[in-house]
Amino acid sequence: MAVTSRRDHAVTANAAKSGLSAAAKSGAFAALVILGLCFPIVAFRTRQDVSGSGGGLVLDERWATVAVLCAIGFFARFLWLALSDQRAQAGTWVSGHLISIPERYKKIAKYTGLALLLAYPFLMVAIAGPSGAIKWIDNFGIQILIYVMLGWGLNIVVGLAGLLDLGYVAFYAVGAYSSALLATYFGFSFWLCLPLAGIFAALWGILLGFPVLRLRGDYLAIVTLAFGEIIRLVLINWVDLTGGYAGISGIPRPTFFGLPFKFGPDGFAAALGIPFSPVHRLIFFFYLILGLAALTYFVTIRLRRLPIGRAWEALREDEIACRSLGVNTVSTKLTAFSIGAMFGGFAGAFFAARQGFISPESFVFMESAVILSIVVLGGMGSQVGVAVAAAAMIGGTEILRELGFLKAVFGSGFDPAQYRMLIFGLAMVAMMVLRPRGLISNREPSIILNERKSISGAHVKEGHG
Amino acid sequence: MADASYSTTPLLSVEHLTMRFGGLVAIDNLSFDVERSAITALIGPNGAGKTTVFNCITGFYKPTSGRIVLRSDANATDQDLGRLTETGRRYKTSTQGGVYLLERMPDFEISSKAKVTRTFQNIRLFTGMTVLENLVVAQHNTLMKASGWTVLGLLGAKSFVAAEQRAVEKAKNWLERIDLVDRADDPAGDLPYGDQRRLEIARAMCTDPVLLCLDEPAAGLNPKESSDLNALLQQIRREDGTSILLIEHDMSVVMEISDHVVVLEYGRKIADSTPDRIQSDPAVIAAYLGVEDEEFEATESELDHS
Ligand SMILES: Nc1ncnc2c1ncn2[C@@H]1O[C@H](COP(=O)(O)OP(=O)(O)O)[C@@H](O)[C@H]1O
Ligand SMILES: [Mg+2]
Repeated sequence: MAVTSRRDHAVTANAAKSGLSAAAKSGAFAALVILGLCFPIVAFRTRQDVSGSGGGLVLDERWATVAVLCAIGFFARFLWLALSDQRAQAGTWVSGHLISIPERYKKIAKYTGLALLLAYPFLMVAIAGPSGAIKWIDNFGIQILIYVMLGWGLNIVVGLAGLLDLGYVAFYAVGAYSSALLATYFGFSFWLCLPLAGIFAALWGILLGFPVLRLRGDYLAIVTLAFGEIIRLVLINWVDLTGGYAGISGIPRPTFFGLPFKFGPDGFAAALGIPFSPVHRLIFFFYLILGLAALTYFVTIRLRRLPIGRAWEALREDEIACRSLGVNTVSTKLTAFSIGAMFGGFAGAFFAARQGFISPESFVFMESAVILSIVVLGGMGSQVGVAVAAAAMIGGTEILRELGFLKAVFGSGFDPAQYRMLIFGLAMVAMMVLRPRGLISNREPSIILNERKSISGAHVKEGHG
Repeated sequence: MADASYSTTPLLSVEHLTMRFGGLVAIDNLSFDVERSAITALIGPNGAGKTTVFNCITGFYKPTSGRIVLRSDANATDQDLGRLTETGRRYKTSTQGGVYLLERMPDFEISSKAKVTRTFQNIRLFTGMTVLENLVVAQHNTLMKASGWTVLGLLGAKSFVAAEQRAVEKAKNWLERIDLVDRADDPAGDLPYGDQRRLEIARAMCTDPVLLCLDEPAAGLNPKESSDLNALLQQIRREDGTSILLIEHDMSVVMEISDHVVVLEYGRKIADSTPDRIQSDPAVIAAYLGVEDEEFEATESELDHS
């Protein structure tokens, strides 16, 4: 003990002296890295020479821009280090802790949030009118809820069981295509297609599970990624069945207990005696996906408290210990894959019904990546965190489309939606620096003896694969 | 072996066990028995192959050759065993227990069916789960059945709720025995080292084993913790009727609690007798001479190869 404390003193004294110079050094290094990166992509730009007679390419040099970027890099790094150094010395910097909110306010926030969610479509209609509300219900409400549901589904595999799955979108695709095919070929109604899509996706989940059982970490990730691509390529190339790139169109829309959402005497609006509006269907879809997401939520909550859910988490913590306790890790992993896939399949069936048209374009790897980022950003294993992350990421990209006024600032060629991926990436980096274990990293115990205590994320493992 | 006088058939017989890793023969034609309701110690210098023996018994390694028989049925005869071996089946159960050929069984079945559970040289708790959760996960198979393979559990069946209540009671009982009730809702990773060791033993005991295999349970414990551990192990043997096979370096622990000692060196058995005879065995003394403390520590963390 004595030795370490003496050493600590020496370290603090040294740190005070060398803190700034170390920060400056690190800043210089950051600037150097930026210089290296800028050299090929920023420093030179080719431009079509339209004014000259030759019309050839002209090479512009942009060293000023490079210098500015390097300076920004230097100062950002320098300030970051210098400030965090000071905070560390002052002892106020506790990384990864939010201000703790009293229980009562949490409860109030929870119920108002829930009420707002339930009233959301009607609020929107009241605020923006029936036609103005369409965008808000569809692009924001429904779109976000789909991703919330997908995030929760993937959360079972990645967050609870600790199995890194980069091909989750495959199950979304299986659900969408199986329900679309069943509906168009056999005329099954949506309410029959929905469970069938879930079952198909679950079966595919088991099918994927078998070959990857022995894989961990990177290998598991690569194989699941490949699986996702295989499914997509099959959808593209099996033209007879799936229509290839053209996809499947004319998927029948679900009806409201037999009442179709259409204009005319036998439609939903006529039956209720209200004027027809396309927003009715969207409101219906909103509550439908809300119900499906709620189902995912409650089933997952339930499963976590059952032996199977505890075994998933134990598997994430230590697979070898699980086996020594008699847990069949094969069936435990397979159930995680299949139940996660099943919810993906439900979401897929909903997606097909909502769009009325599906094509392989909707099931690219980027989708898997987005869903996985939602889970990671939300905090692996945390349901609320995943929902917040989905709202922020999907809602955020939609909001970018709404920022038309920025054109006034940056010129008419400026389209904020094009910066989506850039902002996305920056947000990701920022999150991983500030809260490396996601928005909500604490784990709630699944069973308690005396009192409920959250478990700090520092103890919780992320799984090996 | 001539020294051992067994009243009944042995609980576990390791017969001509050999384990090779490429060119390295980690265990060489090893045979020994573990007596019923007794504490058997497996000792030997570092790298002698003790952990490897455990890994073979508990199914984490498939032995290169040899047979490992667990007889939870004390009346099972050698003829029964011979017949079972010929059939190619893995085990045969009867009302009094069963006969299990462990080398044929996968690791999780050795725990769930043959009821042989182990702890690890490097503690393997579920650190992000609470102490209670650790003990409940150990009762996974019982609870899984009670939850109707999740279906009844999802529906909130009363029978499952009752089963879970029983599981918690059992866990609580174990927490009382290892004096950790107050920390039941804390993450296992928060416990001090000595408590983690005892929790790992309690967790293994929650699977109701007939044989408990402990890999260096006293490593890193202070004298007080070490004597608590001795008391716990003796209590387990006496009250729970669980036989214990333990790997131990600390000779004082070995001499105090074990009924029988098997000594390994370079994968071979060099002695197999009662503790006081072992102490004066020239081969054992020779094996332990020249084994320095630093060597122990340097290799200790490496040796849990599972
Ligand atoms: N999985 C493995 N692969 C290769 N060699 C191994 C493996 N497991 C154990 N060994 C080797 O077997 C020998 C015995 O190791 P071990 O059983 O851990 O000894 P200890 O008696 O100290 O527990 C050592 O030489 C070790 O390096
Ligand atoms: Mg060892």
